[in-house]
Formats: sequence, C-alpha cells, structure tokens
Amino acid sequence: MERIYLDNNATTIVDPLVRDAMDPFYCHMYGNPNSLHSFGIEVRPYLHQAMEQLYLGLNAADEDDIVINSCATEGNNTVILGFYFNLLKDTRKKHIITTQLEHPCIRESCRFLEQHGVKVTYLAPDRDGMITAAAVKEALTDQTALVSVMWANNETGLILPIKDIAEVCKERGVYLHTDAVQAIGKIKVDLQDVPVDYLTFSAHKFHGPKGVGGLYIRNGVSLPPLLHGGEQMGGRRAGTVDVAGMVAMGKAMELANTHLPFENTEIRRLRDKLEDALLKMEDVMVVGKRELRTPNTVYVSIRGVEGEAMIWDLNQNGIAASTGSACASESLEASPILTAIGADRELAHTGVRLSLSRFTTEQEIDFTIYVISKAVARLRKMSTSY
Amino acid sequence: MAKKDLIGGELWEQYSSKVADRMNNPRNFGDLTEADAKKLGGRLVIANEGAESCGDTVRLFWIVDEKTHVIKKASFKSFGCGTAIAATDMMAEMCIGKTVDDAAKITNLDVEHALRDEVDKAAVPPQKMHCSVMAYEVIKRATSIYRNVDISTLDDANIVCECARVTLQTVEDAIRINDLKTVEDITDYTKAGAFCKSCIRPGGHEKRTHYLVDILARVRADIERERNPQKSAADDFAKLSVVKQIKAVEAALDEFVRPALARDGGGIELENITPAEDGSVQVHLSYQGSCKGCAGSVAGTLTFVEQTLRKEVSAKIRGVVV
Repeated sequence: MERIYLDNNATTIVDPLVRDAMDPFYCHMYGNPNSLHSFGIEVRPYLHQAMEQLYLGLNAADEDDIVINSCATEGNNTVILGFYFNLLKDTRKKHIITTQLEHPCIRESCRFLEQHGVKVTYLAPDRDGMITAAAVKEALTDQTALVSVMWANNETGLILPIKDIAEVCKERGVYLHTDAVQAIGKIKVDLQDVPVDYLTFSAHKFHGPKGVGGLYIRNGVSLPPLLHGGEQMGGRRAGTVDVAGMVAMGKAMELANTHLPFENTEIRRLRDKLEDALLKMEDVMVVGKRELRTPNTVYVSIRGVEGEAMIWDLNQNGIAASTGSACASESLEASPILTAIGADRELAHTGVRLSLSRFTTEQEIDFTIYVISKAVARLRKMSTSY
Repeated sequence: MAKKDLIGGELWEQYSSKVADRMNNPRNFGDLTEADAKKLGGRLVIANEGAESCGDTVRLFWIVDEKTHVIKKASFKSFGCGTAIAATDMMAEMCIGKTVDDAAKITNLDVEHALRDEVDKAAVPPQKMHCSVMAYEVIKRATSIYRNVDISTLDDANIVCECARVTLQTVEDAIRINDLKTVEDITDYTKAGAFCKSCIRPGGHEKRTHYLVDILARVRADIERERNPQKSAADDFAKLSVVKQIKAVEAALDEFVRPALARDGGGIELENITPAEDGSVQVHLSYQGSCKGCAGSVAGTLTFVEQTLRKEVSAKIRGVVV
C-alpha cells in the first residue's frame, strides 16, 4: 500500500539533499571537531558553514549565539531551568508567564520550578485560539522574569503575535523566549524583525534529522548551561557536537528558507484544497482563521467522529495523521484549544490534525479527501452522536 | 521502568487481530427499532452510557423475549476509539442468546478475553482496558431498564478499579493482611491500578469514587491507631474553639486540597463547622468553579477532601457538601 504522510508537525522526512550533506561525516570525515589533528581540521569548515546557514536562515546578528544542541526539548529546558539559577532562585523575580498551548517540555519544566517556589502563570488562549500581547501585558508583574510563548502552535498551526509580545516584554524589561519549532520552514522567522531574547528549534521539524536542534541567545543576554563539561559551543553547551547533525541542520535551514515561497503558495494551495473539501461536509469545523495559520496545517473537528477512530481509519488506508487529545494518555483532558475556542464539550474528542510538507503531492491530497469522506460516513453511521 | 518500558508509545500494535478486525468490520452495529422488536415478538430496550465530553459513548439495543427473558437480538452504536468499538461489538454479540440475568453477568474482563488471539495474551494494552469498561456498564444499564429497577441496585459492592474489577473490600483486605505501604504494592497484590490508572489518585483519566491513595491513607491510619491507641485518644479537635477549628481546616485546605482542585479548574470554600451528636465534627463545604454541579465528581472530591482533612487535621472530621 502506498503511504501518505500528513503528520509533518510531528516530524518530517529528511530531505535527500540534507542526507547527502551529512553522509560524509558518517564515513571518512569522522573526526572530532575539537581535535588538533587533520581529522579535526577537515571537519571544522563544515561546522562554520552550517553556522552561516543557520545565522542567515534566522537573520541572527553575528554577535548573537546559536547554540547547537540535541533538540528543542533540550533548548527549552536550558532556558527555563537556566532562568531558575540565573534569576528566580535568589532575586525577588519569582514569576514566569507561559501559555496552556506550550509543548510539554515547557509545561513540565515550569511545573518543576513551581516545586521550587517559582510562580507560573499559564495563559489560556482566547476564543480565537490566540494568546494576545494584551493578555501577556495584563499578566506581567514586577516579579516577572521571563515570558515563554510559542511562535506557532503545533495543533492548530495558529501563528501567535510574537512581535507584539516582544514589544510588551521589552517595554517592561522582561526576557522573552519563544519555541519556534513549528514556525521555522513554514513562515519567515526573522530575529532582526522580532526581538526575542531566546529562541529554540529542532531540525527534524524542517526536513533535518532527529536528535539535533538549536538555541538562539541574543547578544548580551546571559544563560547558564544545562550541560556542563567541555568547551564546546563556547561553554554554553558541553558535549561533542553531532557533526553530521549540525551540518544537516544547516543545510535543512537553507532549504527551508529557499522553499518558503513554495510553502506559502503551493503547500497553502493544497492545504486549502483539503480544508475546503472537509468544510463541504456537514457539521465540520476547522479551528483558527485560515490566514492566521501556518500554511501547512489544518485542525478539524468532525461532529460525531471520535478522533482516534478517525486516524485509525486513515491509517488503515495508509494515511498518517494525528489527534488533538490522545485518548490513550492517562489524563483525558479535552484539547485546551477546543475548550478555549468555546467548542461544545462534545467536540473535545473529535480533533484531527493534518499537516502537509513540501513533499506532499496533489494526488495524495485528492486520495486523502476521498478516504476521509468514506471514513466519516462509516464512523458516523456507527456513532451514537450523529 | 525497565528495558521494555523505555521506548514506549506502543498502542495499536498491541491490539489483537480480533480487536483490529472488529474495529474495521463490526458485526453488530446499527439501530434496532420498535418495528424490529415487533417482528421478533420481543421488547425493545435501548440503553445509553458515557458522555461525548469524556471521549466515549455507547448505545446498546436489545430485543428481549419477555416470556423467557432471552435476548434475541443485540446491536450497538458507539462514539469512541477502536477499542471501544471492538469491545462494544463483541459485548453485543455475547449478549445474543443469553437471558438478561446471564448477560448482566458479562464483565469487561469477559469481553477482553473473548477478543484475545491467544489465551494468555491481552487483547488490548493496559491503558486501553478502560475503553472496554463502558461495554460492561451499558449492559448493566440495559438490565436496569429491562427490569425497571434503579441501576444502583445492580452495582457491585464498591468497585475501586473498573478495569481489573477490584472491590474496595479486596483492596482494604490486601493492605491489612499484607501490611502494604505503597500504591505500587496494592497494584502488585490486587491488579487494581494496573491498567488505566484512573483509580490511583484524582486527576487521572476518569473521576472515581474511591482512590487507592485515599484508601491506603485511611487503612494505614486505622492500622496505626489500632497499634497505638493512645495517640488517637489525644485527638481533641472537637474541643477546640470554632475559631481554632476554622483556622486549622482552612490551613489544611490551602495546603493540601485547593492546589489539587485548582488543577482541574475547581475550588472549595469552608462554609461552617458544627459539632455532631456522635462526637464527630461536621465541616460544611461548598464547591466552586468546575467542581460545582459536576455530579460525577461530587462524591469523589468529597472523599478526597474528607480523607485529607482527617489525615491532616483530625480523624473526627466529617465532610458535608452544602
């Protein structure tokens, strides 16, 4: 069976060009970049090149740092826990503001700090599924040290007003971190235009390999390392650099940026085609205004159809998608986004997310539309609630 | 944690082929109508269980011969995941040809066993066991409708863990007989809490009337009291002034209760404290926020609050919801 991958917000295929770029470092160029000898020497230019690609891709200033690490979870933990040791532990600044939309690595790091006397505000999204700058402003207190708000939401694709939030934080002298995992490769991320202090990302969300990511730290902003040890990354992150991974991420970033116009036209067109077809069915709702979302994502609620049952049927036909709330998780909380936008409680378990990539084809979308309409008919016929 | 637990994420690949097959091709779904009942010369029974907001609902249809009480036909409808659909389909099939009394004896464990490919290999992963519980509950609901009795009369004596069908008595006995000290011990001895884990503590998959942490705390406290009777006699909370009682209760609510309730968007207020004739002290409480009006949670939350106050303040406290 031909398979169709529409779960690109979870992870992406490694671009063949990226794979080619990383291959030599698994074969003949296996030196440790910290070595003095020729094996180390021959590797280093490639790391410098990767840095050029990453700085250019994010439009970061040369004085800023982009620390290469293992993933966004590591980057996010570095920021949140680093803040504890830097500020929260010993000063009167004891408050972090974040949102209910964040990835568990932010939420759980914050919960961990709560056990150590830090106060954390988890902002709820408004009825449009958004976190506004006004909401952040209102939550700021004299004790707030850090605001952490994602750039784009994984579930809905909604792009948060991170530039406005950055202005609010700057006004009040509060540090701002953004998890840009879902933004890079989908929309322009420009660090000259948006003055955040910290930004985290992960290569495997933009056709790079798993296990490598980055943490941007603006010039002049301090942050202690999470991993202590050698002098790699200027002492900001110890541990032998994943050379192949870093080179791959540089290449993936370059490709992500060259493909942004394609993302915004062709992928958007396919997403819209899929979304229009879904909305043609009765009692179907898509979360978030289309123009406010990343071009590749549609989060749909189909009345009477339980989310996991839907992705089961899709999977039976070789199509990969995901649910909003995992029924199998131990806590069956409704999707916070579906709750926030005021959807009926009945809809909380109907969310299905489809996320495209530049490797998605029109034929795949057409087949998906056909499979979904069949699955909806089958599951609604069985459903108590339709 | 151990070698087999570190990767995680397995779910669908643990389904038996029977579960997958019944999800793809359920045999017994769809409505049965009064016309169908008339044709078969039986009585139509329709039972609903669950709520969409909780992620699972099921409707069971029976046509029952009123002379023999035999279920001549059964079918279902379901809003739920693959396990829920497969389990409900199997359950409906198992009802057919049985008397209502015999059908009422079918449990979720029977359904799960029937869905196995191999006798000693579970049909669904542990975290999916709760999806089959509703298949059992809806039979009970249908039975109560058919017999025209209140469903509570069919309740098993205080089931703590629905997935493994472990009663309160079993858990209490296991703690006492084996001198158990942790929830993990209880799970090892009784299997309670081994599946969806809702019954371990509040805040899990489903709200429950009893939680293992509370039962453990209560039974441990009883055991300690029995071993050390002087200490409990010194509990003179009932003799304190009302002001001091209020302060003690408020402090315990702040520290132990409100943070837990706030996680679910709920809250609790102390309304009054009054002595009762039997020497206990009644603490009158009212629910705020999402706890308010959630009938399912009232009993469970009250148990949690009462156990906490008894443990932290005085064993003489009785909780009353205003």
